[in-house]
Amino acid sequence: MEICRHGDVIEISDVDPFLAELLRQIPTSAKPDDSPEAQQRLFSAPANDDDKEICAEWKIYVEPELRKLFQSAIETVAEDLEQLNGNEKSVRNCTLKIPALHADAWLNGLNQARLAIAARCNFTDGELGDQYRSPIGSRRDLSLFQVNFYGFLQEFILREINDPRTS
Amino acid sequence: MKISDENAVPGTIESPVEETETGTEDELDLPWQVVVHNDPVNLMSYVTMVFQRVFGYPREKAERHMLEVHQNGRSILWSGVRERAEFYVQQLHGHLLLATLEKTN
Repeated sequence: MEICRHGDVIEISDVDPFLAELLRQIPTSAKPDDSPEAQQRLFSAPANDDDKEICAEWKIYVEPELRKLFQSAIETVAEDLEQLNGNEKSVRNCTLKIPALHADAWLNGLNQARLAIAARCNFTDGELGDQYRSPIGSRRDLSLFQVNFYGFLQEFILREINDPRTS
Repeated sequence: MKISDENAVPGTIESPVEETETGTEDELDLPWQVVVHNDPVNLMSYVTMVFQRVFGYPREKAERHMLEVHQNGRSILWSGVRERAEFYVQQLHGHLLLATLEKTN
């Protein structure tokens, strides 16, 4: 797999079918609905538990806005991922082009997915620091690989948007 | 919770009932802190970028705060009036950082 920026497009080329499948799973992985732990992490409390007034107001006024914001980022990511549709059964490598204007949505979407997966699996600090664990072994190992792979993409996108030559 | 740029100045209040409200206003005006807590999943580079964007901090200052969060578990990013502090916490949550609003002791 190679990642480079061509003008206003971030191009991820030579994506093998396994990594393409992990990319396709970003929107699903980001959904916290099936897990109270993921819900709690994506919509964390804005104050200590004893400050009930702030927390109650937050639930009414702010949380719906956050839900809209997160959903909008995921929709943008899902739209870009449509390029990979139709290749699910193919063994050929493929290319994904992300408009640079979508970089913020991707950063947010990848972060939602990483945080939701990590909360669901309750990874330890030691596991999260283990970047070389093979994804082959268990569902947990695959999830850890997913968190690291999405983190790698985040790092690349961040580097590109911070690069003075490209901004 | 919405932020407005208007600075509401409470008038002079003399009746006993309204004194209670004055107390509430005083409480609201106490300096509040925006605290960011450590999270082993968020990338250090991402957290630095968020601090730069939300608070307009230069890279060096944003990195100092990010390292403080990483090493000490928390960092006070900003302190001041409640409305602005709430606004910052909302922005930080929008970037999925663990942030809380706390009263200054």
